[in-house]
Amino acid sequence: MKLPLADLPLGQSARITSIDCERHLSRRLMEMGLLPGTPVRVVRVAPLGDPIELRVRNYALSLRRAEAANIAVSSEETA
Amino acid sequence: MSGNAAPAQVLIAGNPNCGKSTLFNALSGGSAHVGNYPGVTVDRTSARLRLGAREVQLVDVPGMYSLTAGSPEEQLAVNALIEGQTRAVICVVDATTLQRGLYLALQLIESGVSVVVALNMMDSAESLGLRIDTGRLSQLFGAPVVPVVATKRRGLDALLAALDKEIGGGSGAERVEVAYPPRLEADVAKLIPVVAQWRPETAPSQTRAFALWCLLSLGEDTLRGIPDDVRRAVHEIREAAKAQGRNIDLEIISARYAWLDDALGEVCSAQERGPSWSERIDRVLTHPVAGLVVFSAVMLGMFEALFAGAEPLIAAIESFTGLIQTQATMVLPPGVLQDLVVEGIIAGVGNVIVFAPQILMLFLFVGFLEDSGYLARVAFVIDRVMKGVGLHGKAFVPLLSGFACAIPAVMATRTIERRRDRLVTMLALPLMSCSARLPVYILVVGTVFAGQSLGWFSAGAVALFSMYTLSVLVTLAAAAVIGRTVLPGPAPTFVLEMPPYRWPSAQILWINAWRRLRVFLVDAGTIILAMTILLWALLSFPKSADIADHYAEERERIEQTEASEIDRAEALRSLDSQEAAEQLGYSLGGRFGHAIEPALRPIGFDWQIGVGIIGAFAAREVFISTLGVVFGLGEADEENIPLRQALRDARHADGTPVMTPLSGISLMVFFLLACQCMSTLAVVRRESGSWKWPLFLFSYMTALAYMASLAVYQGGQLLGFG
Ligand SMILES: Nc1nc2c(ncn2[C@@H]2O[C@H](COP(=O)(O)OP(=O)(O)O)[C@@H](O)[C@H]2O)c(=O)[nH]1
Ligand SMILES: [Mg+2]
Repeated sequence: MKLPLADLPLGQSARITSIDCERHLSRRLMEMGLLPGTPVRVVRVAPLGDPIELRVRNYALSLRRAEAANIAVSSEETA
Repeated sequence: MSGNAAPAQVLIAGNPNCGKSTLFNALSGGSAHVGNYPGVTVDRTSARLRLGAREVQLVDVPGMYSLTAGSPEEQLAVNALIEGQTRAVICVVDATTLQRGLYLALQLIESGVSVVVALNMMDSAESLGLRIDTGRLSQLFGAPVVPVVATKRRGLDALLAALDKEIGGGSGAERVEVAYPPRLEADVAKLIPVVAQWRPETAPSQTRAFALWCLLSLGEDTLRGIPDDVRRAVHEIREAAKAQGRNIDLEIISARYAWLDDALGEVCSAQERGPSWSERIDRVLTHPVAGLVVFSAVMLGMFEALFAGAEPLIAAIESFTGLIQTQATMVLPPGVLQDLVVEGIIAGVGNVIVFAPQILMLFLFVGFLEDSGYLARVAFVIDRVMKGVGLHGKAFVPLLSGFACAIPAVMATRTIERRRDRLVTMLALPLMSCSARLPVYILVVGTVFAGQSLGWFSAGAVALFSMYTLSVLVTLAAAAVIGRTVLPGPAPTFVLEMPPYRWPSAQILWINAWRRLRVFLVDAGTIILAMTILLWALLSFPKSADIADHYAEERERIEQTEASEIDRAEALRSLDSQEAAEQLGYSLGGRFGHAIEPALRPIGFDWQIGVGIIGAFAAREVFISTLGVVFGLGEADEENIPLRQALRDARHADGTPVMTPLSGISLMVFFLLACQCMSTLAVVRRESGSWKWPLFLFSYMTALAYMASLAVYQGGQLLGFG
């Protein structure tokens, strides 16, 4: 099932399928290792609801929901 | 070695938080020089390093995830690399996040420069059960890979030996060649001749890497010094690719990561990871309730340190300055020289070092937050609020520090990554009501609201509370407005790594805070000193011989008429104060105060307050001592009863009182909003790298202050107050 990363339930793993946003940001995300096929998991949500924290390639990365909305993932568990 | 006069450079590069600074300090033994990169306001920390028979200059490059650049700041690493003096790069890689760290290493190796990979944090990697075959990794890369633990100084000798060998010509190992898709290779081949024309002296392999860099970096960038034909060629290639539905960025980056994934599959044993203790800490520290409680407690602690912790030190510095001034007054003969030394130079030096305690405190604190990893969580927790006014979560700590003092707060904006976000923050935060404004509020409140109350509360308390609330609201509004008008640009993106929690080294915290302080003392300090002397001159010259003669006669008369010793001393002292007041009125500053009085009347001030405001530019609290002199009272502080009385007794030419509750509020609002602080301007000049921004800051804050005071005073009068 394909969905924006911002909507991925907490704790659930998924694979990135595409990143579709302004070039500066997408390049930055890709260079930090977020590429199509890369597994990600949402591990935490900030106390005020935004940003969210991801686990990707063995490190923790936080992103605003608005930015995470540009990353499409396909969830493995609810295929 | 060539006969080049400049010493050979060795750069230390790596991701943020990978341990660069720790390694730099371990290698250099803490001795370092902090300068500036040409053209951008990024600190360049360097130190001399003995390497076998050579001496090289070790340079700490700011943290980065890649060499790709979109702004002059990001470009600096690339420029440093292609500089002639750069002989080698130590690429520090956090062994616990290998892939991301090695992405940068791969880019560096591709670029053709000599690279030694320092695989840092091997202790953490081992405790995570991670096994890395560094020998094989080194073979795959064609560059030495040395495991180190920077905090424990483990592996440093091997690192230096590898570096020495690499500078001496290297092992001749074949460098890695990433296989890019054929279509991309065709694009690169098209670009190579254009790049080669731009940099004819570069080796072919480097030209290829440079062509790849151009393809990835150019377009929608603000880079400097890129020739038009290169830009045009890149644009054409990218457009053609886009027409075919290709994404060049993705092709380049994923080819590199694919290579890394393959290589790491070979050298790195799969790891089984339960929740690390860092994750367990985070469950508390970013918990909806506990997280906010800890957050508030930490921020309160920082605040307490800035306010209360620094206070005794500040008091000590001030009394020490006073002591030196008294000594100098006794040693030097009275006259212009004495005044220059005492009120210009010594006061100026005092004005500079008085900031040292708060700068040290804040940087020790921020350093601790940063190196421990909590600063990233602060940003994570509070970003939601900051986003509302177009700021980055990392702007919170500088803004909050602004309540104590804008000087260290402006310096703390350097934790914010993007220049635009940094500028917006440093241009808004001087509106936070700093501790130097408080004495002015206290004087005004004590003068016009003494003993009055508003319902349950004393009028003074309500006035103070309103000032602080207003200050927060105006600061946030200013950030929002500046971010939309003066510094438009994409809203800050919040892509922030949350590093694992680590216990910072006290020694490194000290070294870093001390370096920051030294930069302030030297760079901003000279400006502050010069401006103090200038202000002193403005309020001292010209001197009127008539006034001097008149008071000399008066003195003589008193010497002859007053019988008792005590009366005579008293009368003479009061004469001195009156003379100082008259001379001040005669000085350029005094005349300026008179000249701007027509502009001050509509906001409820007179020329004497005008002179006070000019004097306050040296430091806000000087407002009070200047007023003491203006009113002929000599020395005075905010609790001074005669000064309050003199203010209450002051009358406009038409006989109406100057200080009413309304003009008092107007004065407080003016002080809250005006940029009455040359030290803030000096430090903004240092941190922004040009006079343009402090000038803008001064202008907009003064205009804002004037208009707000005008609205308060005129509006209040219309409503029948005052
Ligand atoms: N366990 C461990 N911690 C380290 C090592 N090197 C650095 N650190 C810690 O990692 C944090 C970040 O280090 P720092 O040198 O400031 O990283 P920089 O951002 O790359 O300059 C600090 O708390 C260091 O004490 C290491 O080899 N092992
Ligand atoms: Mg550092």
